[in-house]
Amino acid sequence: MTLSVRAGVARGGIELRQTFANATDLWGYLFPAVLLVGTIFFMRDAHVPGTNFSLGASTLPSAIGMSLAFGGLVSIAQLLVVEREDGTLLRAKATPDGMSGYLIGKIVLVGGMSLVSVALQLVPSLFLVDGLHLDLTGWFTLLWLVPLAFVATMPLGAVLGSLFESPRSMGLVMVPLIGLIAISGIFYPITAMPGWLQGIAQVFPVYWLGLGMRSAFLPDALAAVELTGSWRHLETVGVLAVWAVLGLVLAPVILRRMARRESGSAVAARRERVLTTTIR
Amino acid sequence: MTLTGTLESGTDLPPDERVIDVRDLRMRYGTKDVLAGVSFAARRGEVIALLGPNGAGKTTTIEILEGFRMRSSGEVSVFGVDPAAAGEPWRARVGVVLQSWRDHGKWRVRELLHHLGTYYARYATPAIARPWPVDDLLDVVGLTAAADSRVARLSGGQRRRLDVAIGIVGRPELLFLDEPTVGFDPAARREFHDLVHRLTDVDTTTVLLTTHDLDEAEKLADRILILNEGRIIANGSADELSRQVAGESEIRWTRDGQRFVHSAVEATSFVRELFRQYGDDIADLEVRRTSLEDTYMRMVRDFEGSDR
Repeated sequence: MTLSVRAGVARGGIELRQTFANATDLWGYLFPAVLLVGTIFFMRDAHVPGTNFSLGASTLPSAIGMSLAFGGLVSIAQLLVVEREDGTLLRAKATPDGMSGYLIGKIVLVGGMSLVSVALQLVPSLFLVDGLHLDLTGWFTLLWLVPLAFVATMPLGAVLGSLFESPRSMGLVMVPLIGLIAISGIFYPITAMPGWLQGIAQVFPVYWLGLGMRSAFLPDALAAVELTGSWRHLETVGVLAVWAVLGLVLAPVILRRMARRESGSAVAARRERVLTTTIR
Repeated sequence: MTLTGTLESGTDLPPDERVIDVRDLRMRYGTKDVLAGVSFAARRGEVIALLGPNGAGKTTTIEILEGFRMRSSGEVSVFGVDPAAAGEPWRARVGVVLQSWRDHGKWRVRELLHHLGTYYARYATPAIARPWPVDDLLDVVGLTAAADSRVARLSGGQRRRLDVAIGIVGRPELLFLDEPTVGFDPAARREFHDLVHRLTDVDTTTVLLTTHDLDEAEKLADRILILNEGRIIANGSADELSRQVAGESEIRWTRDGQRFVHSAVEATSFVRELFRQYGDDIADLEVRRTSLEDTYMRMVRDFEGSDR
């Protein structure tokens, strides 16, 4: 077991290094960072409604929470769909302990990619806005929130990636996810939403990750503009833990079912289908 | 043609020498029987080629043996274990080379072989050192010059050699090769055949390969299984198979600058008669036994014409 953990970590490390060496992956890091920094820049003089606190400074942690959720859900799902199609997963299946190595590798890779993305968004933005500060309690919050973010989203992402057959059907996941981000108080305060939308948003992890990140980076006085006027750490842990348990229970079952179906002819048939639909 | 006799000829090995043992394997999709009772066995170090038209069930058979596919019924054992329920130590003894991989495009060749090799280290035994050292392996498959290339940049032939290298990096005791030389040029094909000979001679690896290239089957295989419509219709060495089909031999010669071609069942007596009549006038004599291709075509055709 320890050997496959070591192999998986090595695998994740190699693949993370590879993301710095090709244009597509670099663009994937830079594009969201540029977009966010631009947004923060234009928001820097606006204020959080009812306070004189910079709206940009408040949006930044929310957006980082969103990045974590997005990275965990979408990156893992996309990688699984693509690597099922190109035969990487079957290769893992043909290798002893290859599947555990593969999954551990993906967790390391996506975790690393998320942290790189967050750093690229956070560091330049800190020069643009005032009011953000990270004290000891803030660091402590990050210490439980970031791992919880990964555990709550990555297994779910793996489930999504196992359920969808082709990279194009992943679009079906993106649309509701973008809708969810819109109602989760990331770029626009959730308090301005109608009550039923607030209710929906609070079921999913995106809102709680945004809230948790705001609690780490913003002064405590700003909790007053949140729902119920508090950072609600207990509820944050609760909701994220429920998603984590759900993901951790579902993921092994669904991953195993998906892996069982993999064979040379399954990969070949999928390729055939992709080729014929692209030509048409 | 009697089929039952040939079916049994592979299974009279003592059970403990059987690396692969398949009895009455059946696979059914909906109402279609893809495999309708396949039985054969392979002993250690044997090279078996699975021939047959497209859709005959070759890939299904090999995938069931690889443990990648469930079967409908029948008994299958590989190293004494049912592949459908086999664990990771079993997996470490088996090498798989499939058709058309595109994976790990961003990896470098050496890096990938080294990484995949690490999974096998804990399954090394006193008799079999695992994994295969990367530099030796690169040399064996002829990829030393491409060791630092990205996998996505390899040519088709290089990519195929990498697939073979990955298939053998764990020093498998049993290797599955699914149409291994598709897209190889003649030189690469020759090198690949040498590699398979080396694996089976030096390391006594058992090999099960599918191919459409009958020359390849004849060169590599100790035994050939011809599969048609989910049944094994022939099982034996290339020579045995051509003897089963009451084959005619082809005799070519020249006399007074003229070329002649004749087919005869009894080539020896025909040639004797030829020399008795013309003696020293005969030149460029050539006698050819029915080729494996002729045998194969004949068997598949006969089967489709009769036993149904």
